[in-house]
Amino acid sequence: MKVSNIIKELNLSVYGGDNGLDNEVDGGYVSDLLSDVMGNAEESQIWITLQTHRNVMAIASLKDLAAVILVNDLKPDEDMLEQANEEGIPVLGTGMTTFDVGGKLYNLLKG
Amino acid sequence: MKEFRADLHIHTVLSPCGDLEMSPVNIIEQAKECKLDIIGIADHNSTKQCNVIHTLGKQHGITVLFGAEVTTKEEVHCLTFFENIEYANLFQQFLDDHLPFVKNNPELFGYQVVVDKDELIVEQEERLLITALNVSIEKIEQKVHELNGIFIPAHIDKKVNGLLGQLGVIPKGLKADAYEITGRTNPEQLYERYFNQDKPIFIQNSDAHIPELIGSKFNRLLLKEPSFTEIKLALANKDGRKVLG
Repeated sequence: MKVSNIIKELNLSVYGGDNGLDNEVDGGYVSDLLSDVMGNAEESQIWITLQTHRNVMAIASLKDLAAVILVNDLKPDEDMLEQANEEGIPVLGTGMTTFDVGGKLYNLLKG
Repeated sequence: MKEFRADLHIHTVLSPCGDLEMSPVNIIEQAKECKLDIIGIADHNSTKQCNVIHTLGKQHGITVLFGAEVTTKEEVHCLTFFENIEYANLFQQFLDDHLPFVKNNPELFGYQVVVDKDELIVEQEERLLITALNVSIEKIEQKVHELNGIFIPAHIDKKVNGLLGQLGVIPKGLKADAYEITGRTNPEQLYERYFNQDKPIFIQNSDAHIPELIGSKFNRLLLKEPSFTEIKLALANKDGRKVLG
């Protein structure tokens, strides 16, 4: 499934990284510890987190993640957005909690 | 006793986020310009740039502490300082043993180089230094104290990588020698909310990644001489040595 389909299905906002809206997604990873994502996330996953700083995008890029979803209505820092646009990795947002958006994403991809 | 000016949180070219201008020469020059007597070198998870700066500092009358800004398993940043190169090397061994291997991509994170006094690159660090050690904050504190070092959780009131931002509380039993604060939060509020009205020593440093910021914050220490042992006494508020603010 493409990032753009997931945005539609889960009603997510798009903050930046629009170049990557066609990225293919085949799973998700939920974590707020960057070192954990660095060690355990896999290519083409969507990363659900509450971290909003620039290093999130550096790690998303290093791991070839498909997109990042910020929960609880959190907004990306300016430098996070800059890097998202540079890397072409969408930064998405939702008012849902991690639990809710993670559950919905799971149903969508693996349900 | 005399008053000395100390900025204990300075990054160098070795930190991926450290400006390439943060060479030993530039750091010492800027420290002199700001009339600092003591500086602490604190690169992310590495002590490898300390020795050159220490030697250079000696020639210019500046005390340079061997240190590192360690990232704990909980992703809390902590300043660590050691009395001499021998202890720093033992701690480097600990860092090498516990830093997971993730290859740095300089385009994404920045270059990580060790340079000599003439700014020639002597080593490029391959491992990404801003990842977390696989060791808890308590274990790291214990290791630092085993090596007779100083342990100071960094910018505790910062949301990302600060002790309070990451953990929300001061872990019981953690033996910090002091706490670094950003200056953006009222110390009284911190005492009340997190320290149960205890008043630990708070210090403020520049956390400089570019030369111009060195000395933009510093601490005034009352010491007999600008040495590691005297600084330790001041942090413990012992024998008339003090952190004046």
